[in-house]
Amino acid sequence: MLERLLILSAVLFCIGLYGALSRRHLIAVLISIEIMFNAVNIAFVAVSRYVTPAALRVGGGVTGPVEPLVLVGQSFALFVIVVAAAEVALGLALVIAMVRRKDTVDISEINLMRG
Amino acid sequence: MENLFQEVVFWMLAVITVGAALAVVHTQDMFRATLALVVSFLGVAGIFVLLNAEFIAVVQVLVYAGGVSVLVIFAVMVTRDVPEGNRNTRVQPLALVSAAGLLLALIYAVVEAQWTVLPDDLPGPVAAALVDSPAQLGQLLLNEFVLPFEIAGIVLLAAVVGALGLVRER
Repeated sequence: MLERLLILSAVLFCIGLYGALSRRHLIAVLISIEIMFNAVNIAFVAVSRYVTPAALRVGGGVTGPVEPLVLVGQSFALFVIVVAAAEVALGLALVIAMVRRKDTVDISEINLMRG
Repeated sequence: MENLFQEVVFWMLAVITVGAALAVVHTQDMFRATLALVVSFLGVAGIFVLLNAEFIAVVQVLVYAGGVSVLVIFAVMVTRDVPEGNRNTRVQPLALVSAAGLLLALIYAVVEAQWTVLPDDLPGPVAAALVDSPAQLGQLLLNEFVLPFEIAGIVLLAAVVGALGLVRER
């Protein structure tokens, strides 16, 4: 079960990577990156569900209650969601600023910083 | 019987999620791509439910399928009549090759790795933590991860203020 979840995560990540590299529309690149974030979250939650406690048993050296540590992967997924939300808010603000300024959403025409 | 049910649900969700992601990458019309993105987000939320991560699933539906997709749809509407030009970048074949190569490498790594996987019927404390996951997550976030938690709040605030500053009319 773990393997197929990680493979699903890898498939989603590579679809997102392909989209982010190949599309020219700014918003298309942004939502491809969102797909990549989702793939990473699947991997985090799957590993949290299937692997973490075994690692705790082997590793040892943990003080205090062990039960909450089962959910470390899930809390990482939460942080990823927070960062993704911040990223999409800023990214879409940049898209709108770029449309106002240059009237384009084509990433290959955005070269303000070209020397 | 329950295992069979889980298998069927997993494969349905996986096919929906991957199919919707492919639609996002391939659809020319940005509005339709965004709708496919929402379907993909909901499929991922279903997979989280399968993994006993109900709280993450709810956050996924609220933040992604609710918030992010509405933001993206707004942006698509605002940029509707902006000329788009060519659809794909010049490096598209290279992107396809590198994504496929990375996929093969990742699948090889996943299959070859030695995973020490938990048994299907979880040991007692682990199962208890998973059942009570929202409360346990709250404990974890406010004890072990309190610094990242606060920083996440500041990051969100900075992002929102930055977004407002970027789109302000001058």
